[in-house]
Amino acid sequence: MSRILVAMSGGVDSSVAAALLKDEGHEVVGVWMRLHDVADSISEFKKSCCSLDAAEDARRVAGQLDIPFYVLNLEREFDEGVLAPFLGAYLDGTTPSPCVDCNTTVKFGALLGQARHLYDCDAVATGHYARRVVGEDGQVRMLRARDGDKDQTYFLYGLRQDQLHDARFPLGELTKPEVRAVARRLGLATADKPESQGICFIPDGDVRGALKSRAGWEPETGPVLDANGTRVGEHAGAAGYTPGQRQGLGISLGSPRYVSRVDPVTNTITLGRREDLETTAFEIEDVRFVAEHGHDRSFRAGVRIRHRAEPIPAWVEPVDATEPERVGRWTVRTDTPVWAIAPRQAAVLYDGDVCLGGGRIARPATGTSQSMAASAPGLVTTVAS
Amino acid sequence: MPIYLDHAATTPLRPEALEAMLPFLGEQFGNPSSPHAWGRRARAALDDAHERIAAAIGAGPREIVITSGGTEALNLALKGAAWAGKARGNQILTTAVEHHAVLHPLQQLGKFGFEVLELPVDRYGRVDPDTLGAALSDRTILVAIGHANNEVGTIQPLVDLIARVRADGPRGCLVAVDAVASAPYLPIDVAALDCDLLAIAAHKFDGPKGAGALFLRAGTHILSQQQGGSQERFRRAGTEDVAATVGMGVALSLAVEERDEVAGRLGTARDRLIGALTSIDGVELTGHPTDRLPGLVSIVARGVDGASVVLKLDLEGVAASVGSACTTGSAEPSHVLRAMGYPDEEARGSLRLSLGRTTSEADVDAALDIVPRAVLAAREGARRVAAGRAPVETGAPG
Repeated sequence: MSRILVAMSGGVDSSVAAALLKDEGHEVVGVWMRLHDVADSISEFKKSCCSLDAAEDARRVAGQLDIPFYVLNLEREFDEGVLAPFLGAYLDGTTPSPCVDCNTTVKFGALLGQARHLYDCDAVATGHYARRVVGEDGQVRMLRARDGDKDQTYFLYGLRQDQLHDARFPLGELTKPEVRAVARRLGLATADKPESQGICFIPDGDVRGALKSRAGWEPETGPVLDANGTRVGEHAGAAGYTPGQRQGLGISLGSPRYVSRVDPVTNTITLGRREDLETTAFEIEDVRFVAEHGHDRSFRAGVRIRHRAEPIPAWVEPVDATEPERVGRWTVRTDTPVWAIAPRQAAVLYDGDVCLGGGRIARPATGTSQSMAASAPGLVTTVAS
Repeated sequence: MPIYLDHAATTPLRPEALEAMLPFLGEQFGNPSSPHAWGRRARAALDDAHERIAAAIGAGPREIVITSGGTEALNLALKGAAWAGKARGNQILTTAVEHHAVLHPLQQLGKFGFEVLELPVDRYGRVDPDTLGAALSDRTILVAIGHANNEVGTIQPLVDLIARVRADGPRGCLVAVDAVASAPYLPIDVAALDCDLLAIAAHKFDGPKGAGALFLRAGTHILSQQQGGSQERFRRAGTEDVAATVGMGVALSLAVEERDEVAGRLGTARDRLIGALTSIDGVELTGHPTDRLPGLVSIVARGVDGASVVLKLDLEGVAASVGSACTTGSAEPSHVLRAMGYPDEEARGSLRLSLGRTTSEADVDAALDIVPRAVLAAREGARRVAAGRAPVETGAPG
């Protein structure tokens, strides 16, 4: 029995997470994090008390479970750790992974810090679908969830050992239908609530609108180029586009074209045919490994470049660190092509079910095609254990 | 053993009130407007409650309008007076430290052509009568002032303020008093105060929730805010909540009887708590040191998030508050502390303990042990959270 803080979003997953921990006999404390002002701005009465539907759902479930429940204000921490990097990434022509940042800096960052130091809690639990295993060596490892379709380790790879040590994922061994069944059996208010979609702080999905209103972005028109460099149109501001995107440019060139590259310096968007966006080699930076693996040489891993994508077998090898800015970078060479990699998005590495860690996709060197020559790795001696 | 120290939010229903209410939740279900025995019994109980409430504040029974609570009484008083006085002027004066049940209705009136002025207050939350005097104009139709502040407990120099309105204000200018926070603990005499309107709420003096009353001086015209039947002499249409009104009447009568004893006892306990808390480094009393509600302890603690102290205390079974009862987690600091000149960073460290009639000596002894410890632990925790944040946020490869 320990005191566990559960981050309750008002959805069915975190509701059931709280219920399961309570059932195990833990002292469960429910919190709903107020992270941004969106709930206010879409409310009829700005800043009105208790207009927050999600918080009310979480509170209702906490009431049903008879656990203490609080609203914690983490707006400042969310702004620094998630929102500012999100806006910065798009303005820089890259594609952010806000959920990764939220897990590392807010849920298992600021919230975990408060849970430990202010509220004497032993752990923070969430409704994430992931499994954690504490090895005999004391290292915590993270495994893909039993429900492969719901697995959320892609968003959790960035957690350090001390964060993982105090993290709890009660849903890791359950499938989504099983979670719903638990919620229904307990009569939880959120049992049949639909999945949340999209980015929580941009409920209307208008990223470009958010860049204007929250980051003061003043878009300037610029050229849209085809893969061969021919100017084929004009865009109304390059930020907010992401590789693989088809819609929104209003350009028709016979065969389908996709955004292949966004360059904020020249304010240029480059298009490509589907095959132009295929890649078998790219670099990742800000790499973190979940546990100590002794990886200083090449190893085999499955790589996921977006949530829920099937991991693609690949070689992962350290980049020669003779150039200072490339220290800590690794090269990923996939056995089969991956499509539409987006710089700054997370690339996460797996050994079977084990999540090894990951990094952010680095922007390819300027002026070269995104596709690098696929070559077999050279001196390969180690394989991921 | 849980300890309830949030009587400024609400109080437990006292058994005598509950007992008086029960028949009207059971077999005495009649509508007071009905012309038969059931109706007459309900009417008699309602009349008795009006008389009790009137007697408690020095009013006549026909000067009492029963409402659903303090908020409704204030809305009726302020909007009713504003619209009724519109022919004479459009200026409304209030103070920057009023409860939202005063400020928000007035802000709404501000959207309909009324000019609302929120008077500044001093470090303790008091309005200087000279400030009020200077703001009065021949267009002033209403002055709305809280008798005592619900967040910091400061008692306004109400007699002086109202005297100034009478001396310097235009004829027909109405004075509305929010006595919701003060009614349980301070003597209230509407004749001595010379106010035109005064609002109270039953659940602050051990009565039921959902009941309040507005004193409306005989001959004073306000525009009713809900129309329908002839209830409350057309001032407030709608079938009365007889049980709640009866409970309010009993609770207020008893509160007046016991007032001196309770206020004396709570004042002593309050001062013990204030002494213990302000002996902590970086803890300051908010509100006036002596002119304050007897049961109200309010502080700001440097380097502390008041919300985290409230949370910690709750986990230990102690009910406290940051000053108001809002639960949306808004980071907006208290408008009261802001008006009193506290910077937002200091206002974040606010904590309120409010004692009540049922607070025991043992409760206070336990609080003297638990609360200062929680404040210190919250400060130490905040320091460690801040120290631990840096590496978490740099995103350094692990």
